[in-house]
Amino acid sequence: MSTIISLSHIGMEFPSLDGTGSVEALNDVSIDFLENEFVVALGASGCGKTTLLNVIAGFLRPTSGEILHKGAPVTGPGHDRGVVFQKHALFPWMNVVENTEFGLKLQKVGKEERRDAARANLGLVGLTDFENYPIYQLSGGMQQRVGLARALTCNPEMLLMDEPLGALDAFTRETMQELILNVWRQTQKVVFFITHSVEEALFMATRLIVMSPRPGRITHEYKLEFYRRFFESGDARAVKSSPEFIKMREEVLSIIYGEEVGEQMP
Amino acid sequence: MRLNPFSRRTSKVVDQYGAPGSGDATIINIVTIVVILGSWWLVTHLELIRPLFLPSPEQVISKFNKIACTAHYYESFLTFLGIMSEVEAECEGFSEHALHQHILWSLYRVFLSFFLAVITAVPIGIAMGMNRIARGVFDPPIEFYRPIPPLAYLPLTIIWFGIGESGKIFLIYLACFAPIAINARAGVRSVSIEQIHAAYSMGATRQQVVWQVVIKAALPEILTGMRVAIAFGWTTLVAAEMVAAKAGIGVMVLNAARFLATDIVFLGIVVIGAVAFVFDLMMRKIEKALVPWKGKV
Repeated sequence: MSTIISLSHIGMEFPSLDGTGSVEALNDVSIDFLENEFVVALGASGCGKTTLLNVIAGFLRPTSGEILHKGAPVTGPGHDRGVVFQKHALFPWMNVVENTEFGLKLQKVGKEERRDAARANLGLVGLTDFENYPIYQLSGGMQQRVGLARALTCNPEMLLMDEPLGALDAFTRETMQELILNVWRQTQKVVFFITHSVEEALFMATRLIVMSPRPGRITHEYKLEFYRRFFESGDARAVKSSPEFIKMREEVLSIIYGEEVGEQMP
Repeated sequence: MRLNPFSRRTSKVVDQYGAPGSGDATIINIVTIVVILGSWWLVTHLELIRPLFLPSPEQVISKFNKIACTAHYYESFLTFLGIMSEVEAECEGFSEHALHQHILWSLYRVFLSFFLAVITAVPIGIAMGMNRIARGVFDPPIEFYRPIPPLAYLPLTIIWFGIGESGKIFLIYLACFAPIAINARAGVRSVSIEQIHAAYSMGATRQQVVWQVVIKAALPEILTGMRVAIAFGWTTLVAAEMVAAKAGIGVMVLNAARFLATDIVFLGIVVIGAVAFVFDLMMRKIEKALVPWKGKV
């Protein structure tokens, strides 16, 4: 499998709030994103997950290290890396289909062609009947699906998802996990997905990276195959309640919890 | 029961318990208006106050008919239909102009100034929101003149522009400019950083972000600024027309006061209020049509 995005020895420092020193948000992070991978980053608040995503998206320039997209240095955001945000970040002055085709409009693609592409992706996320709806009449889950369709319509090689399900209720969240996995299976994108939920991370990831704060770094990495069981059985609850899943969940939880406890003891 | 404004019932089921000011006030509004008009009618008919100070409602209405030339235009209409052969009623008006001419002159001044303010203040306000240098340049003059009442610099506009139309237009223009510029500037900030990031990650150029994201996101606040501006411009108009205007609703009121024609003063005030109300209604309709998402995201 070929490498799509490669990060080597990424370091990121922000000036601290009191202005005297600096905060190390990322410390020597190296990771390769391979073709068709679903990489999930998990960790407590402040562990640098979002900083890492912003570096890959090109919104932040790292203070040290190198980020390459198929061998070429990444210098800023681009439509080869689509982003789905926690807050949907859709444009309320456009309806669903106009939001979805917006990326292609920016790239001056003809009206017919971009409409077709937008409709195809709205179909993929199950919003075919809602293309003329205004954004503010949709539920939170539907808004996130538009956000996903919008990112897909630019046909990026990589999808960056910054806690896209963080603001949803528990039921919608589980449905959306399955929807995102199915979209991933059909579109074969590389996905980098951030979450706070251990269960979500284990369920969706082909590779899980656990990060820890101060300084933000990758402490553990797992290859996972629970998603495959879901594709085979179609029963997400059965996967999530299987003994192997629960055992894994406890193991990852103890890592994160252990770090938090360890930090409080000098 | 529901129609009784003095009902002792607590909130309806759909209302939030304890929500301040909940419930419909339309009926109470109507009662208030009826009480005010009724007391006006009563005190003038009981002759408690001399007509010089408070003319009766009928007096104001008959003055309206006279100044608006109601009979003249009604007869002209009948002549047009062929029902009457000749227009007999004359059009007197006031200060050599009929009411609608006064109103049209005032509307012309306000809308011309407002239009000039919109085409200059919107780009400047957006530039101030987007750009450090533009903000540095325009912030001091705008923040300096904004709180000054237009009446205070009215004498200066007379010295600069004389007593013609341009001075009046300039005065109203200044009144409209600040609220639009300040709201446009604030509107730029209502775009979220995620929306800008989303546009960039879909391959937008900086120009595309400004034109297709920032300005669109600022639209609700620009329209709020315009709504404030047109009300403020209308308020300033009466002051502007006090300087040697031949026609205009403001000058009509002023001349009437000189002749102690209190009924015309009343009439003028009602017309000024009605036009302001129509402006606000109009701006609200425009807002609803152009920015239906306002307040919903």
